[in-house]
Amino acid sequence: MNKREFLRQVVAFLPAAGLLRMLPGTAEARELVGAPPGDYDPTKHWYGMGIDTAKCIGCNRCVEACKAENNVPDEPFYFRTWIERYDIRADGETTVECISTRETRPEQAEPEDPSVVRTFFVPKLCNQCAHPPCVQVCPVGATFQTQDGVVLVDEKRCIGCRYCIQACPYGARYLNPVTRTADKCTFCYHRITRGLLPACVEVCPTQARIFGDLKGQADRLVRFQRVNNISVLKPDLNTEPKVLYAQLDGEVR
Amino acid sequence: MSNAIPESLIEQLSHQLSQVIGFIYPNEVETQWAILIVVYPYITGIVAGAFILASLVKVFNVVEVQPIYRLALLTALAFMLVAGMPLQLHLGHPERAYEIFFTPQTTSAMAMFGFVYLWYLMGILLIEIWFEYRHQLILMAQQARGLMKPVYGALSLFSKDVSPEALAFDKKASKIVTIIGIPSAFLLHGYVGFIFGSVKANPWWGSVLMPIVFLMSAIVSGIAMVMFLYILLSLLRNEKLDMRCLDKIGLFLLVAIIVDFALEALDYIHRLYQSEESIGILTELVSAKLFTSMVVVQLLLGMLLPLLILVLVRTVRFNEELRKLLYFTSSVLLLLGIFSMRWNVVIGGQLYSKSFRGLMAYKMELTGIESLMTALVLLALPFIFLTVLFKLLPPRWMESHAPGHA
Amino acid sequence: MKIREQVARLGIVVAVIVAAVLLLRFVILPESLFSARPHQVETVGREMAKPVHHAGVAACRKCHEEEFQEKYGGKHRNIGCENCHGPSAAHVADPKAEMPRKPREREDCLVCHGYDPSRPNGFPQVDPQQHRPGKRCVNCHEAHDPVPPKAPTDCTGCHGRIEHTKKLSKHALVPCADCHVVADQHMIEPRSALPTKPDSREVCGRCHAAGSTDPLAAKATVNLAKHGGTYVCWDCHYAHLPEGRK
Repeated sequence: MNKREFLRQVVAFLPAAGLLRMLPGTAEARELVGAPPGDYDPTKHWYGMGIDTAKCIGCNRCVEACKAENNVPDEPFYFRTWIERYDIRADGETTVECISTRETRPEQAEPEDPSVVRTFFVPKLCNQCAHPPCVQVCPVGATFQTQDGVVLVDEKRCIGCRYCIQACPYGARYLNPVTRTADKCTFCYHRITRGLLPACVEVCPTQARIFGDLKGQADRLVRFQRVNNISVLKPDLNTEPKVLYAQLDGEVR
Repeated sequence: MSNAIPESLIEQLSHQLSQVIGFIYPNEVETQWAILIVVYPYITGIVAGAFILASLVKVFNVVEVQPIYRLALLTALAFMLVAGMPLQLHLGHPERAYEIFFTPQTTSAMAMFGFVYLWYLMGILLIEIWFEYRHQLILMAQQARGLMKPVYGALSLFSKDVSPEALAFDKKASKIVTIIGIPSAFLLHGYVGFIFGSVKANPWWGSVLMPIVFLMSAIVSGIAMVMFLYILLSLLRNEKLDMRCLDKIGLFLLVAIIVDFALEALDYIHRLYQSEESIGILTELVSAKLFTSMVVVQLLLGMLLPLLILVLVRTVRFNEELRKLLYFTSSVLLLLGIFSMRWNVVIGGQLYSKSFRGLMAYKMELTGIESLMTALVLLALPFIFLTVLFKLLPPRWMESHAPGHA
Repeated sequence: MKIREQVARLGIVVAVIVAAVLLLRFVILPESLFSARPHQVETVGREMAKPVHHAGVAACRKCHEEEFQEKYGGKHRNIGCENCHGPSAAHVADPKAEMPRKPREREDCLVCHGYDPSRPNGFPQVDPQQHRPGKRCVNCHEAHDPVPPKAPTDCTGCHGRIEHTKKLSKHALVPCADCHVVADQHMIEPRSALPTKPDSREVCGRCHAAGSTDPLAAKATVNLAKHGGTYVCWDCHYAHLPEGRK
């Protein structure tokens, strides 16, 4: 694909999408969810993300990129993704801080605390669970799981009851104050369905975030599963998260 | 983008963010279910409780409580009419609320239970009231003049049969409807408890006992409300109170409180004993954020004190006036206590982080849609509706207009 | 069977209501109102159609191959262009109208490279107060290939946390090279030439064995034969903070 073709796709995208939106009837006839650009077949994909906490440097660029890409309100109350800092002491006492809600980066790092034996950053986002409790509780079916494993919210039908936000164990959801509907990370669905990476993965400087397709053959995420010990957040709740963590410390909640 | 966000919301959230202790997931700073969602279970609880009190008369033949039968039904109806309002006002898109009825998701407790049992009980309640009042409505239709004549005619569904067999049938039908209604009253408030109890993400809510605790406290609040209204109305109308009736209500209230207290105590003892991971933050929650509302208002003033009073009333021979005063006081304390219980569950469950590492705050707005003002209006509205219902369906009308049939 | 008059009347009302509901549901109102599925399908389409704001490295490369190659040869090879230059899809669509930002200020580099103890070991960092305060980083470091003007001579740049911890410890005056043999190549391409780590008790014994004449270790000598069983020293003593902390 050359430069012209790519430009044409990026720019001509919107009118094409407009056309797609006028075809609900035919869309219903097809079993495939959505009329994809090109020959996108959602049943051939099952998206997930890999996060290596040992690589995260806490630059917060992923959070900024996500807000810019997805029109997330700038205020420090709404996040589709965020970074947590953990400080763990020898006696097990742990302090956690969300660095994404800070107004400005501190001028100088805090004086070294020698009682801290482990300290690291943990990126968090919607886990796009395979068994999502948020989808289970939605009274009107406005939030649902796509065939390729992404949990989306229909902002035209969500009634804003906030039950899904209560049901999410990970704090991944918020009520968008502009649309007054539930909102959350979509794995940048508009990007991944055309072969791009989610914005957070795109800008991560250390490849702490890996995006992949669990149904893929030669896939970054599949390899990630092979070479790392994998854990997920809150496995006891049986939500079957698809964000897989490598090097996840036991103190992380 | 920022201009589209209401200034008051930003102010509230900024304040709440500054009040955070420890660590919370950043999205948790906003209190999702606020004062209106405290009011909702309170109101439906009173509906369920009042209906169950009324059912004691019809199904279990507790004749002493007959004097408040109609009051209990009308109370249930008055509160039922208001029940949906806090929910409607709370929604981000109230104009889309119809979707719950048109496309309910079968896995959602909010959709399924609310849908079925709200309307089930409304139907049951209306049919019950109709059978109870049918004779009176016919007579009122006959005796009314002007506008009210067709109104009462319509309310009676233009029924005319007042033969003894028909009246006996009314009584029987009423009993059957009540029997069918009792489980639905249980389910109406049980489902509210289930909505919280089924949320595995939140250990303050997610417990098997939650639906049962909600139900028992609903029964307490319903009986307390009827007792409160009975005494208040007799005072306002300068009417004689049936002390046998009041004492009987007091007895049922006492039993309900004991069961409710036992269940809530069981919940706490069980939690403390099992000592799961959440116990640390939950004990901090109670001591730091909920001490006044839980220990002082809900437990001491709202449950133990009324319990003591009601036990005292049964054991010591107080005179009528003193008993009335004590019953009135207990009912007020109970109503406050149960409201506090709803607050402690709903708001309490959102004052600690699901990371178990921090506590948040809830700053209730004084004015606005989700505000103290709206809550007070919604809590006052059932009393206004009740006044209208009393005018429309006066409970004692038969005694004065058709003495032989009362 | 004779139906009671009141039952009949009630029955009629209920029947009318039920009929109205059925009529609305199956005849009058459109089917699309009663299923969430077609709306979900529409949502997927709508979601896919949302505008893209980050173009991605492949797009930048179409016009900026030179910069890409320059970056690809250096330590910033794996950083997406838009990490520093911001979302640039609009620039790709209309290059002259929408120019991405050029992060030339000190703060832009300190976001990643300002010292923070929680960053992983081996990640290059500077102390903003010490390292050329007030000056722009880009004066000495070419952003696309940020080789430092001089190869680093001390370890603090990439091992800041270790150095900060060691500074507070009894080993504050012990140079890294005393225990770790570091090839020059490590400063240029770290993973290609890893420094050694002590591999026997005798390494620590050079200073801490009984009879040692090292002035700094005078009060901390042990009988190597007896002390600590068969464990190596660093099983218990963290070498960068050997006395530990409560």
